Amino acid sequence: MSDKAWISDNPIDKRTSSTPRLHWLAKRILMSVAVLWAAYTLTFVILYILPSDPVTIMLNQGEQSTVDIAQVNALKALYHLDQPFYIQYAWSLWDLLHGSLGKSIVSGDPVTRLVLQALPPTLLLAVCALLVAIVVGAGLAAGVSVLPAGRVKSACLALPSLGAALPTFWLGLLLLQAFSFSHAWFPAMGNQGWQSLVLPTLTLAVPTAATLAQVMSRSLAEVWRRPFIDALRLKGAGTAHLLWRHVLPNAAIPLLTLTGMIFGHLLAGAVVTETIFSREGLGRLAQGAVSTQDIPVVQGVVLTAAAVFVLVNFVVDLLYPLLDPRLGAVSGGKQ
Amino acid sequence: MQGYTRKVLTGAPLRRLVLPLLMASALTACDKPEATASASQPASDAPHSGGKLVVAIDTDPNCLDPQQVGNNNSLNIGRQMTDSLTDQDPATGKIVPWLATDWQISDDNRRFTFTLREGVTFSDGTAFNAQSVKDNLQAIVAMGARASLASTYLKGLTEIDTPDAQHVTIVFAQPNAQFLQATSTMSLGFFADKTVKTSADARCQGALVGTGPFVLSSFVHNQKVVLSRRTGYQWPSSLAKHQGDSYLDGIEYRVIPESGVRFGSLVSGQLDLNAGVTPQDEPLILAKKLPIIARSNPGLVYSLYPNQSMALMADPSVRQALNLAVDRAALQPILSRYQSPASSVLAKTTPLYQDLGSELKYDPQAAENLLQQDGWIAGPDGVRVKNGKRLSFTLTYWQSAPFIELVQQQFKKVGVDMQLEKAPIGQVIARQSSGTQEAEFYNLTRSDPDVLRTVFDAGPGGRNVNKRAANQVDTALQQSSQTLDNAKRQQLVTEAAKGLIADGDAIPLVELATVIATGNNVHGFRYDASSRFQLYDTWLAPKS
Repeated sequence: MSDKAWISDNPIDKRTSSTPRLHWLAKRILMSVAVLWAAYTLTFVILYILPSDPVTIMLNQGEQSTVDIAQVNALKALYHLDQPFYIQYAWSLWDLLHGSLGKSIVSGDPVTRLVLQALPPTLLLAVCALLVAIVVGAGLAAGVSVLPAGRVKSACLALPSLGAALPTFWLGLLLLQAFSFSHAWFPAMGNQGWQSLVLPTLTLAVPTAATLAQVMSRSLAEVWRRPFIDALRLKGAGTAHLLWRHVLPNAAIPLLTLTGMIFGHLLAGAVVTETIFSREGLGRLAQGAVSTQDIPVVQGVVLTAAAVFVLVNFVVDLLYPLLDPRLGAVSGGKQ
Repeated sequence: MQGYTRKVLTGAPLRRLVLPLLMASALTACDKPEATASASQPASDAPHSGGKLVVAIDTDPNCLDPQQVGNNNSLNIGRQMTDSLTDQDPATGKIVPWLATDWQISDDNRRFTFTLREGVTFSDGTAFNAQSVKDNLQAIVAMGARASLASTYLKGLTEIDTPDAQHVTIVFAQPNAQFLQATSTMSLGFFADKTVKTSADARCQGALVGTGPFVLSSFVHNQKVVLSRRTGYQWPSSLAKHQGDSYLDGIEYRVIPESGVRFGSLVSGQLDLNAGVTPQDEPLILAKKLPIIARSNPGLVYSLYPNQSMALMADPSVRQALNLAVDRAALQPILSRYQSPASSVLAKTTPLYQDLGSELKYDPQAAENLLQQDGWIAGPDGVRVKNGKRLSFTLTYWQSAPFIELVQQQFKKVGVDMQLEKAPIGQVIARQSSGTQEAEFYNLTRSDPDVLRTVFDAGPGGRNVNKRAANQVDTALQQSSQTLDNAKRQQLVTEAAKGLIADGDAIPLVELATVIATGNNVHGFRYDASSRFQLYDTWLAPKS
């Protein structure tokens, strides 16, 4: 008998059948499309209502801050920036429906190429950071959960709050100072080789690990208090066995929920991390495009990030039933 | 999001971290900044061939085509890939041969005939000849606004004759004295037929086959631009210190947005050249005994330009009082040690510059008298008032120019209230183009005094930054653009500069300088006349 039967709160016995599952899937896909469209539209509106425009910014880079109005207007016409808002939006959406993200206004590069070039390094960084964060965060929480109550335990429980409070840029610069400038162990910049991945991964992983550890600690403490643990102890199960076989699997469910969210945070954190470590990636692309108000590029980045986010959450939803079969039925009725 | 990323990029965070650490080392290192701060390279052994120069730049160059772009990072990359008809001696401003061995200019300065050097080829092996010159210049005109700098140099181009492969005559509708200097810039550098026929977008991304000593190997946005040596290069500028191939095997430009990381990487030897030195980094770099090479940017100095279509600035007394109220010498302590207070509308490194310090005297009493006589009476809060209107205006700017706050205090002393508003560049430009700002603030780099006409000309088609009626200054500017007689041109340029200052059309403040720092292994770095990089003669000392 599975230990999960010991959980008494809110049992759901409804079995999963294929029709509601398909229905749920269709609904999720529609929702995802709606989310992507909303992100796309919102980005367009925000960039549009900002004063100035990409052409003026492009022509005034550096300190060459004077350009003929005639030149500006000619270029605006070239990029259809002289059209009314709704026409520009309609064109942009029309292109998108035909699979084109358009061209960067500043560099003339196709946005698809820019995004596809920037996505892999960011995904690699995000996945590495996520793995490190899970191992460190969950490991710390699990280790602390079996410690006897006391000063050591309180001190360890305070660690995650500290980690979560560290500003990413400060941490990154501290790591650079220690392990690149003072001791030339790792390169300070670039995407070449695994060495260049170490410091950015740590920088990005620490706040994430801290968040995971905080949630995991609470979750673990709650599972340890459940009646079935006491029952298993009475049956003679040891602490290590309990932790691995019973407590961790149960405590991991909220962690999974969090992972979807955290992946979004990692993508956002990549803006700062990639900037400090001069890495190529989606974050850098976004940072540059926002400061030059390069609307097509920003939209491409936002759309890609939103798609990754939606996809990760979708996978997380599909994973629930694997960790807890009862949740298969719950997801069928969700949203 | 914008505000957030900007904050990250200011570089403040690292300074907070590194500054205390380095201040400690600076104090113990017996700092003698002036000794290492000289603009010349330390003498060293014979040049050494080989090695890759790693250069840090602060932002993505976006577009690599020097004919199209205007930002310094791109121009500093483009310069290495292409050559120009002429070169300009940074010491004298004189135009000297490069791809053109000789040139004749008609008496009316409308026809320019160049004799081209023989045996010059593009990196794809095709020959550089008169037709290449014609095709390139026509392509620039066709690119129009996209070639923002280059197309202004070619304004009024009517025809290009190519009597034979080594001679080309370029004809303008109007006398065009600035064109000769323009031929020395990378904006009028040359590319092979293949490039000329390519789309402007593809050229930006690196479809560039030039004549220069380096060729493009790769370009990854936000990451790096890699150039490698072109073998068989035989046609350096007459200013070059050596012949044949470049000393460097290659140049790698790394995009490093965070100023503290650029600094730390230079100090730890991960970089050879930091092209984005912030004034805050300078003492730290000097404390580490690394060479700093600086050159004042030629052209218009950082100035305030009153907009005379606004009632307040239409009043000449107010404009003149502003010039009298600025204590330029007092600005020096807060400037970078490589910048200096303005001594004219033009920077010292501009050809035909003349020191007009006597016209820019600090005389707060005279400023107050002028305003008093004009009816501006000190109000209860010290700000002067006339007919119920306060002597107050707002300056919107985006540059990193802390000295402007000191100018604000100096204005306040004579009863002028200048409100400062720092905003992102896009917003500043948007406001300026609305035409309702009382004053603009910027500098403009150009190694020719014609930069005055570009900005101030109130004649038809001129930019007329002051939005004023044309007067004798514009006549002088027009005449100066039509003559290449240096003595005559000098007289006209100085007359125009004096007129602009006397009328308060320009309130010159500070000369900008380009500042770079290198490792001790870098030698032979050279600024061209426009204070941009020329890396043909640069070499790296072998690692010992």
